[in-house]
Amino acid sequence: MARIELSGVSHRYGNDEWAIRDVNVVWEDGVASALLGPSGSGKTTVLDIISGLLRPTEGRVLVDGRDVTGLNARERNVAQVFQFPVMYETLNVFDNLAFPLRNQRMPEAEVRQRVEATAELMGLTDLLRRNAHRLGAAEQQRVSLARGIVRKDISAVLLDEPLTVIDPQAKWHLRRQLKALHERTGITMIYVTHDQHEALTFADQVTVMNLGAVVQTGTPTELHERPRRPFIGYFIGSPGMNLLEAEVGEDGVRVGPLTVAYEPGVAKRLAGEEALQLGIRPEYVEASSRPLEGGTEAMVEDVDTTGHSLIVHARMGEAPLKVTMDEAATVASGDSLWIRFPAEHVNLYAAGERIEVNA
Amino acid sequence: MKRVDQRAWLFLIPALVVLSLNAFIPLMTVVNYSVQDILPGLGAVWVGFDNFENVLRDPSFRGALTRQLGFSALILLIQVPLGILVALGMPKKGWPATAALVTIGLPLLIPWNVVGIIWRVFTRSDIGIVPFLFDRFGYVYNIANSPADAYWTVVMMDVWHWTPLIALLAYSGLNAIPDAFYQAARIDGATRWRTFWVVTLPRLRNVLTIGILLRFMDSFRIYIEISLLTGGGPGRTTAFVSDLLVNRAVGGFEFGYAAALSLIYFFIIIVISYLFFLVLTNVGTSSQMQGGDA
Amino acid sequence: MRRVFTPRNVLMAVYLIFLAAPLLWMLSMSFKPNAEILETRALFPQTPTLENYAEIFTQPAWRESFVNSLIYVAMNVVITLIVAIPAAYAFSRYTFRGDRHLFFWLLTNRMAPGAVFLLPFFQLYSNIGLFDTHLAVALAHTLFSVPLAIWILEGFMSGIPMEIDETAYVDGYSFPRFFYRIFMPLIGPGIGVAAFFSFLFSWVELLFARTLTSTAAKPIVVQLSRSLGAEGWDWGVIAAAGVLMIVPGALLIYFVRDYLAKGFALGRV
Repeated sequence: MARIELSGVSHRYGNDEWAIRDVNVVWEDGVASALLGPSGSGKTTVLDIISGLLRPTEGRVLVDGRDVTGLNARERNVAQVFQFPVMYETLNVFDNLAFPLRNQRMPEAEVRQRVEATAELMGLTDLLRRNAHRLGAAEQQRVSLARGIVRKDISAVLLDEPLTVIDPQAKWHLRRQLKALHERTGITMIYVTHDQHEALTFADQVTVMNLGAVVQTGTPTELHERPRRPFIGYFIGSPGMNLLEAEVGEDGVRVGPLTVAYEPGVAKRLAGEEALQLGIRPEYVEASSRPLEGGTEAMVEDVDTTGHSLIVHARMGEAPLKVTMDEAATVASGDSLWIRFPAEHVNLYAAGERIEVNA
Repeated sequence: MKRVDQRAWLFLIPALVVLSLNAFIPLMTVVNYSVQDILPGLGAVWVGFDNFENVLRDPSFRGALTRQLGFSALILLIQVPLGILVALGMPKKGWPATAALVTIGLPLLIPWNVVGIIWRVFTRSDIGIVPFLFDRFGYVYNIANSPADAYWTVVMMDVWHWTPLIALLAYSGLNAIPDAFYQAARIDGATRWRTFWVVTLPRLRNVLTIGILLRFMDSFRIYIEISLLTGGGPGRTTAFVSDLLVNRAVGGFEFGYAAALSLIYFFIIIVISYLFFLVLTNVGTSSQMQGGDA
Repeated sequence: MRRVFTPRNVLMAVYLIFLAAPLLWMLSMSFKPNAEILETRALFPQTPTLENYAEIFTQPAWRESFVNSLIYVAMNVVITLIVAIPAAYAFSRYTFRGDRHLFFWLLTNRMAPGAVFLLPFFQLYSNIGLFDTHLAVALAHTLFSVPLAIWILEGFMSGIPMEIDETAYVDGYSFPRFFYRIFMPLIGPGIGVAAFFSFLFSWVELLFARTLTSTAAKPIVVQLSRSLGAEGWDWGVIAAAGVLMIVPGALLIYFVRDYLAKGFALGRV
């Protein structure tokens, strides 16, 4: 268990473009955390730097305050699980788990004890004598994971999109096992993925990356409710956040015919900002067929159903807007819908960065 | 997962047609010859299994077969590890990789008779560089008189000629191993040697299977290079089964004997190859991705 | 400086010297007149000459035989691929009765010992009127090249998930269209590698090429053996021919280098 910190880490492969730039993140001891971002955002690079497979071009890696940048992967005592199961195919499950321990020249009795304990933890006891290549993908990933944690004093478990080759129904199982494992052992876990759903359900802390930089670190709720950049608003949540052009008015922020009221002090503060944008999630837009006070009308263009809710594609003046409504609502294309934006769910962005308006 | 469908045979029809034409008819002809005794000018006489018995009893045959087995085993033992080592040593990217690929592949591209000839020139007592160099170190190298010299030269020639095949196959196989496996081994603290045994070698199994089978089959039929290099000598030292075959078929007009010998020989190759095939493709078959928990 | 002499580098250097020595010797021989070859042993030709190459380039026999070889080898590669690709697809995508044994049988065709089998081949091809044609040699060589090509192609095909096939059907592709537009581009590297090995074994093969031809389709390997005359071997010309024979193959390696380097596991990863 350990506190992991990346300080000023930047990396480029050979003379290529910088893969990651000035990454500063702290993972507290025992946190279940996710590293989320689209392909090419640098997440795997960050992971490889933490595990020691890669030595960063610049910056430091600190474990519990100690600079470990110079240590190699073996010395850092981390476990890494890859996108596809990595097994030693000629060995059975027991020998797979024992592999790292035997490389350390641990006495065989102790090896046996640790392997059996870990197998029990991961529910692999029945499979110990089976040959590794005879297992299904999900089982193999469990074995990979078990092999990672079989060693003593693991600082962290790093998972690089571990569910990529797993069948959908098995994915859910495996995710729950990961969560359960974390609860039981309290090991710091860092889970890399491009799937926001996976990230938000697994992690207590999510770090979002894009184009080689960290965009925001926070709890799933924070990222969902108060995304620091519009990019995160789109990326997280399904459907993504609505983003509309806005202007500062006398009593608040104006989006087309709609005004979101703010205290006078706020309006003054916003007065100088350029490129103001207003973000609101479809599920927080108040909508009704009956007039709403302080709201305005929007034209419904299209209605999609997700099975448990309706996604209404509407247009307010010129601006497109998505509204999530209850499945039972009767809305059809061509209808007129009253909408209103509650101030507490609105996010304001100036030049791409979120402005805090609730003092 | 693979579908079970007997209609897959349809895809195989072109291959079967082409191969049957080439394989079946000549085989039948040879079988035909093997059970007859062809007397020039007088026609053919059915002799049943006589030819086969003659072959099996013939000490020349047993001698040639023993030498052949020894030779094939020896070259496999040298070429496979050497080929793998060379593949491990070859650069993977950039122009050095291209240069290495082309250079290492060159011996494979030389017609087999030219191979024999080059090595002949190389090792002839009068004009060859090899005897010259050995002489500088105080050893009298004579391929025509010394059985050991001849035998080892033949072995070296084959190693020179064919190791690149294993090297190229292994090189390709190595490049197909995902980095993650090596990374995991590093994290698990495995030494280079251990990594080779548990990661590299198992994943090379498929390319090595075809490489070993090809080398075994071809080494068992080797003829022209040796013929040009040593003519089978001195004595019978480097005379393997093909040499015997050619002598009887072409030189001695004992076609029935030769045909029977061919068939016996063919049979031996098939049996040993099949054993190799079973062992190599069954020992820990490479993992099949099966989705979901079993 | 110490880093240069690692065991790996030393081994590679030794091997490369071992590999190159006969080749360099052959190259040097090709620039020497026969007299010098028989008299001295110097690496550099003392009386360099182009007469060996001149003979090859000027004599129509050499030119023609070179072209003949290229023709039948090319034909062999084409026929082999046409025949092997569907067969490999069958092995890769389906399980069917006798599939492994069939595969082994395909390989056994490569195992027949030469000398005696040549005569029936000669008779067969004469009977069907293909004696002394390029097609004859190309067809005979398929005996060796098809099994290997199937093995290589099957390996590459197995690396392509079956989901791609299924998705194509769902998207409405007919089988031929799927095969041609989606599948074949994906196995491009496999085709390249299979073509290379087919070329390789066909280009250097002597026995069948010699047996099935006489004048019209005489291959270069036979022309070479002509130079092994009774008066003695025409060393210089043989060496020059050897050097020239390497060229097409070397070019081919160069062209498929990416495919070879990309790696094939010949099996599912």
